[in-house]
Amino acid sequence: MIYLKLFWVFFQIGMFSFGGGYASLPLIQTQVVNQYGWLDMREFTDIVTISQMTPGPISINSATFVGTRIAGIQGAMAATFGCILPSTIIVLLISALYKKYRDLKYIQGILNGLHPAVVGLIASAGISMIVQAVWSGAAVSFRINRIDFIAVALIALCVTILRKTKVDPVFVMLGAGVLGGVIYHFL
Amino acid sequence: MLRAIIEQEQEKIEENNIRQWIYSKRKPVIRGIRSKRKKDRLKEKRQGDFCLKQDKKFYWKLFLETFQLSAFTFGGGYVIISLMKKKFVDKLHWIDEREILDFTAIAQSSPGAIAVNAAVLLGYRLSGIPGALVAILGTVLPPFILLSIISVGYSAFIGNTIVKNVLRGMQAGVCAVIIDVVITMGRTILKEHHWIVPAILMAGSFIAAALFHVNPVYVILICGLVGCLSVKKETGKGDGNHDLS
Repeated sequence: MIYLKLFWVFFQIGMFSFGGGYASLPLIQTQVVNQYGWLDMREFTDIVTISQMTPGPISINSATFVGTRIAGIQGAMAATFGCILPSTIIVLLISALYKKYRDLKYIQGILNGLHPAVVGLIASAGISMIVQAVWSGAAVSFRINRIDFIAVALIALCVTILRKTKVDPVFVMLGAGVLGGVIYHFL
Repeated sequence: MLRAIIEQEQEKIEENNIRQWIYSKRKPVIRGIRSKRKKDRLKEKRQGDFCLKQDKKFYWKLFLETFQLSAFTFGGGYVIISLMKKKFVDKLHWIDEREILDFTAIAQSSPGAIAVNAAVLLGYRLSGIPGALVAILGTVLPPFILLSIISVGYSAFIGNTIVKNVLRGMQAGVCAVIIDVVITMGRTILKEHHWIVPAILMAGSFIAAALFHVNPVYVILICGLVGCLSVKKETGKGDGNHDLS
């Protein structure tokens, strides 16, 4: 039963990929490429590329991709469902606990310690995204011909809009996409 | 006899007048108290009722908002957190900034994709298990639809220059959203009364993650431990030494 197999494999991936995003890559690789041979290494690299280009978590992207290739749209559903089920159950339990105990002193203390960590982690993710956008993922250097000034200008423009106005961030991103598409196309 | 009746009537009228006068004087006060109470009650309701019951219209809105967010989360889980903060904290005021920070920490340290975990937390916070399910559906559908289409002809998609250029532009937009959110959140943390320890934790976790590529789970664990220990120190030394931490 291929659906059950897909479900089970991605259930495991969803269960054991702590840390989100790229932490789940080796897990997906061992299961999908090495153990079952559902994809070859080239297709797997393609998935990573596609995941960078499309919205959504990489585990769900690969679940849908593998499921569709192996067993059509039902396969995709089985794999995606398996992928989100464990974290849904676990996080629902944690939500209930958070609701009940969030006013306890020690929980407050832990959460207070976590807040700055979260901001630091988001900032770190932001830095790697900026490196990706401005230097196209290459090593950071300040030579003029290495810097993508269009990206720098776009970032500056968007930050200004976001901080000065109350425009929906989704529209800001869409606008940046259209503007970037036009500028990069003609330059 | 007639006179007596007239007097009685006049007394009544006067009494009424006085009553009315009193009421007119008291009314604003009463109203003030009432409105204050109502506000308090609303506040209590908002703080006390962790998950509110919502109607169909709300679920539809929740679905649309999460769908929209998920359709634009290029580049990993922290992007959706930034977008959620802009949307649900700044724009819709459904949750506050502390909560989104809590959600991020929990979503990061639970297994599975950050975006899905954050959606579960948000949906559950807003309207219980049905809300969580609606939020999950909204979050999972965009990548599901997109990927099942792309998997058919993905080499054409990867090679397309127009797609590439638009995505490059959007990447800049994503960077801008993250920068904006980090500035706002960082300011809030540095404005707190005891800001030294949080500032060190923030800088430390940034350096650990950005320069040394430490697994975020360890960063979260260590910072949670520090937070827990700082509580212990306060209670151990008694009330007089609060300022030390």
